[in-house]
Amino acid sequence: MKKKYYKSDDLKKFKNITDWNPELGEKFFEYYNSVFKEGSLSVREKSLIALAVSHVVQCPYCIEAYTRDGLQKGIEKSEMMEAVHVGAAIRSGASLVHGVQMMNVYDKLSM
Amino acid sequence: MASKSLKASNNVLSSTKRQLEILSNGIFSDGGLPKFESRLVAYELDALRPLKLEILQINVGYMCNQVCAHCHVDAGPDRKEMMSRETMELCLDVLRKTKVKTIDLTGGAPEMHPDFRWFVSQIRLTDVEEIIVRSNLTIILANKKYHSLPDFFKQNKVHIISSLPFYKKDKTDRQRGDGVFSQSITALKLLNSAGYGKSNSDLQLDLVYNPSGAFLPGDEKTLENDFKKALKLDFDIDFNQLFAITNLPISRFLDYLIASENYEDYMSSLVESFNPKAVANVMCTNTLSVRWDGMLFDCDFNQMLDLKVASPITHLRDFNLELLQERKIGVSQHCYGCTAGSGSSCQGTVV
Repeated sequence: MKKKYYKSDDLKKFKNITDWNPELGEKFFEYYNSVFKEGSLSVREKSLIALAVSHVVQCPYCIEAYTRDGLQKGIEKSEMMEAVHVGAAIRSGASLVHGVQMMNVYDKLSM
Repeated sequence: MASKSLKASNNVLSSTKRQLEILSNGIFSDGGLPKFESRLVAYELDALRPLKLEILQINVGYMCNQVCAHCHVDAGPDRKEMMSRETMELCLDVLRKTKVKTIDLTGGAPEMHPDFRWFVSQIRLTDVEEIIVRSNLTIILANKKYHSLPDFFKQNKVHIISSLPFYKKDKTDRQRGDGVFSQSITALKLLNSAGYGKSNSDLQLDLVYNPSGAFLPGDEKTLENDFKKALKLDFDIDFNQLFAITNLPISRFLDYLIASENYEDYMSSLVESFNPKAVANVMCTNTLSVRWDGMLFDCDFNQMLDLKVASPITHLRDFNLELLQERKIGVSQHCYGCTAGSGSSCQGTVV
């Protein structure tokens, strides 16, 4: 049997987290469910944000869950890909903006 | 996209026996997933039994001008099964004798039946309150002889329920065939012009959404708002309600699930989403389904799996409502499709 750290079936076991610490587990799921309810942002917008963040944190479980969620909500693939690019742009921007630090150090050390 | 039915292609899944074997074996026999009947027991729910009969769903034949990828009927131009005039007369006899509120005509494309208009006009002469026709929309444009259908529907106050998997071309055409979306839009405009789907009209036009793939439908009301907004903005189209229907693992959709290696995950999603509250309102409790040859079934899905009613009365010619009401409704694992989430029926969600 091939050993893998990530198994897609484990996503179904997520709720079992509560088994070893019911209090914190239940608090988490209550919080999680409240976050995704319709509010000032629509459930559709929240789903797209979750999809973008899933890519930034590179969570394969979250990517599967929020791609499926998007399909169920009638979100189109063009919208999903734009959301992924938003996440990717922030992530790459976060790297690139440190280039200013590099430039500062370079300039300070150079004649 | 396939142009032939599973039956005409001699696909192994055109055998209902084979489909039932798949639905009862594999993950449902190795303990991976519970069978539908045991799920009812686990929730201390009684076996499904009929309540008051309100809807007679008559399938007049499997011929259709489309070959949709998800079709649980395996309908298409090559299907020749068609209800005889004699069987239609039997249906009318039953309507005269029993107080059925609604007739739900389906197929295939029911409008392709040569006696369709005669049959609808005859039903109008009975005490039936509502006649539903499940129209695929494109049939209205398929041939000159069908162009007058919107006016015919209007004259007979037919309630139209039409499939439109999505409000955009791409997903619709992938499920229902190239060009189906633009033809459906033209047909919807014709129905709107005849007065259908307008808020100030009693001519009801409802749409059916079903997912274009191996996932469950989202919230019906939210999808309805999205459809209404997009169809109005892009095409100035109005309709009344949207019904979100779950794809059941039968026939071509089962074939798709297996071929795309989604079968086990899809069945797991259905089982995980089992909602005991949906069980009380599943459509088989107030509906009887009639096959083109007059045989009786608990629902259109059982008809397609050839799961006949568990009653001494199996055919229209022997129709006896009292005896039929004593039966137990036949179930298999496809029933999880009607009890997942908010439930699913020919009239959308049930919870």
